[in-house]
Amino acid sequence: MTSTRTFSLVALAMLSLIGLGACASQQAHRELHLFIWANYIDPEVYRLFEQEFGVSIIEENFDSNETLRNKLQAGVTGYDIIVPSDYTVEVLIRQGLLAELDLSKIPNFQNISPRFRGLYYDPHNRYSIPYLWGTTGIGYNALKIETPPTSWADLFEPALLERYKNRVSMLDDPREAIGAALKYLGYSVNSTDPQALADARNLLLAQKPYLARYDSETYDDFLLTGDLVIAHGWSGEFAKARLENPDIHYSIPQEGGVIWADNLAILKSSHRIDLAHRFIDFLLRPQINAKIVNYLHYPSTNDAARPYILPEIVSDPAIYPPDEILEKLEWIRDLGEALALYEAVWDEVKSR
Amino acid sequence: MSTRTLLWPGLVWLLLFFAVPVGIILVISLGQRAPDGTIRWGFSLDNYLRLLEPLYWTGPFWNSLGLAALTTILCLVLGYPVAYSIARRSAAVKHLLLFFVILPFFTNFLVRIYAWFILLRPEGWIAWLLRSLGLDLALLGSPVGVLIGLVYGYLPFMILPLYATLERFDFSLVEAAHDLGASRWQSFWKIIFPLSRPGVIAGAVLVFVPVLGEFITPKLLGGGKVPMFGVLIEEKFLGRVPDWPLGAAMALALMILVSLVLARYFQQLKESRWVG
Amino acid sequence: MGRLKRWADQTIGSLLVLDTLLTYIFLYLPIGVLILYSFSASRYALVWGGFSLDAYRRLLTDPEIVSALLNSVIVATSATALATVLGTALALALERARIRWRGSIEAFVYLPIVIPEIVMAVGLLLFFAQVLRPLVSTVGLGISPPLAVIAGHITFSISYVMVVVRARLRDLDKSLEEAALDLGATPWQVVRRVTLPLLAPAIISGALLAFTLSLDDFYVTYFATTGGSGFKTLPLYLYALQGRAAIPPQMNAVASLMLVASLMLIALALLVQRRSYSRRA
Repeated sequence: MTSTRTFSLVALAMLSLIGLGACASQQAHRELHLFIWANYIDPEVYRLFEQEFGVSIIEENFDSNETLRNKLQAGVTGYDIIVPSDYTVEVLIRQGLLAELDLSKIPNFQNISPRFRGLYYDPHNRYSIPYLWGTTGIGYNALKIETPPTSWADLFEPALLERYKNRVSMLDDPREAIGAALKYLGYSVNSTDPQALADARNLLLAQKPYLARYDSETYDDFLLTGDLVIAHGWSGEFAKARLENPDIHYSIPQEGGVIWADNLAILKSSHRIDLAHRFIDFLLRPQINAKIVNYLHYPSTNDAARPYILPEIVSDPAIYPPDEILEKLEWIRDLGEALALYEAVWDEVKSR
Repeated sequence: MSTRTLLWPGLVWLLLFFAVPVGIILVISLGQRAPDGTIRWGFSLDNYLRLLEPLYWTGPFWNSLGLAALTTILCLVLGYPVAYSIARRSAAVKHLLLFFVILPFFTNFLVRIYAWFILLRPEGWIAWLLRSLGLDLALLGSPVGVLIGLVYGYLPFMILPLYATLERFDFSLVEAAHDLGASRWQSFWKIIFPLSRPGVIAGAVLVFVPVLGEFITPKLLGGGKVPMFGVLIEEKFLGRVPDWPLGAAMALALMILVSLVLARYFQQLKESRWVG
Repeated sequence: MGRLKRWADQTIGSLLVLDTLLTYIFLYLPIGVLILYSFSASRYALVWGGFSLDAYRRLLTDPEIVSALLNSVIVATSATALATVLGTALALALERARIRWRGSIEAFVYLPIVIPEIVMAVGLLLFFAQVLRPLVSTVGLGISPPLAVIAGHITFSISYVMVVVRARLRDLDKSLEEAALDLGATPWQVVRRVTLPLLAPAIISGALLAFTLSLDDFYVTYFATTGGSGFKTLPLYLYALQGRAAIPPQMNAVASLMLVASLMLIALALLVQRRSYSRRA
């Protein structure tokens, strides 16, 4: 008697698991679903959009392009707008996951700087619009360092590293870390030459004993606490850290660094493609765009927004680097089969 | 109805929600990484053969094994007296003390790791204390830091099963042994410890086994400088150069290895029971 | 001899107390730090920026935190309840019944402990997206995110409960159960009236472990939620707080509030317990 009760309980639990979802998937009012980096839009901007369009915005987050791709490639749907970085746009276009944009519905596209239109991964902006961008370089605490770093040598030459042993960090990211080593050795960050990669591997292995950590998440915190003196990292993080401590500086090495851009794109599986276009257009309005930049301290691709951006941000060369430095920056591209070379180098560096 | 029927609900659940997903992982492990980071389906054991490269089983594998063993031992040494002390109290105090063992874990995993960051950082006060004692020990970014984090995170997984077996223990037996002239040490080794062995084994399984595949603690407290098997697996699924098939093969190899060891253990257990 | 014994006994006794005390201190050391840092003025969780209540002020004005907390508690409670039932039943069957294929089943039910969490998360992600959801949608139904999350949490918790319960069951005196059988009780009655009450401490311990596992889980939760639901448990909420690389002190404040809430709950439970005692007396 009681046994049947337990059984029906378990059966009921299993059934309800499947059944109850039916109603949850039907929305009563208009919503727009974003899959985006955490904390990447001023909440105020969401409120303004919700007021103007009577649409509520539901946000979900990812912390790397790979997490984003994991979900999309597994067949998860339900998002309307995603914010992938450059090389990921290229992959997602090839996989046919992105909807074609109708630029006539995004008149504010004209605000985008010509420099950021038609980038290599989407030459005619058919699928994506660059939104915020940044660079990869070296951040440091000016008070704790003798001479400000100007070259990747400060991260790779044992003689120079000796001074800051266990106070240095590298990004825990194979393309960025190997890319920096390649750049220092005079190669492209996208090199697929086995010799170049072997050299980069040796450089990274020689560097490892001097490192405090490989870190892509907390290096700015540790720079602020004084536990790190030099860190390989992304410009935006150092700009934010600087608000906390003005002695934190950022420089792009003379050999050149990496440039990246995050993009707005609409998923093919979206049921609200029209609304998604309107949201993208809304984000590209000069004042709205400036609000986001003032919140995040990341540079924007939006020329028309500049007058509304705080002067200390626009004039900060660490955030908006001068043209002669911009010329030396390189995009990290998707390398297809050749990525196996990077995988092998990174496995060896991390496993030794 | 017999107790045998009780097997089915749990087993069916695990077959559906665990065996099927693991089956998918198995299929993935037989494929290859496609150029765009997705999977090229296939049927080959290449990924398993790749695991034979010394690169994978030397550093990461031995580190995982060593750290798992050390974590288990330290958890046992720290946890046993706690479980023992709790088990001896009256019912009301018992539950309160048990609750205070688990309370720290009602916070959040990441937040606790960050608290350890603050405690263990090179400019922090523990490092300062050690330095003033003449010990210049790297805590963060070293196996020591990882070990501290692992022991911390897995302590309840040792204490609770120990408590569960010690609780039913009749401590008046110990008192009787005392009256008969046994020392506490003797009564512990001869009476209490043997009877709590199922708890020790359960605790050891719940600590040792998951630590083998642990990745967040070693990644954060080890600063990516302590190679461990779990970290390698995580990188294959979430890293910048994803390789699901290789990651899947690593995970399955780990599962096969551990279940072989466990199966052997159960075999022994069964035999010893027949003998007993 | 007698003096030596008493001396040794005392030493061992005080060592025991010392070790217990040290372990509790070890357990609460980071908790003290996180409470302290929840009052930091800095926007970075690892940086002490002077005393401030900002983190709490910002938290209390955020409506999302309440729903995240509620979601976490609902998920953890239901997952724990089901996992405890299933895990205890498994333990009883494996320990007390004669079962064919015992060896293979034994090894199989331990596997969820072995598998690295990220691998289980990816397996469940594909299982839900490619197998279960399409299957269920053919009959016009769906699986809501909270249910998928609960299912995932049950799956990784069952084995933990089973291991703890089995440990107690293994050496549990069978004579009581046998006596009840001799007196004409059905096997099922024996389980309910004799075995389960004896197992209570192990069931509670297993449930507590399942509860913390569920409360802390990030990866399975993250990958089991579908697109666009916006369903967030506490770890997902904290994930959203972090942004690219910064850790705001709200995380510490959230954790501190969790502690306070748990303490208040246990205090309430104790109060109720005491009142019912005194009423009986």
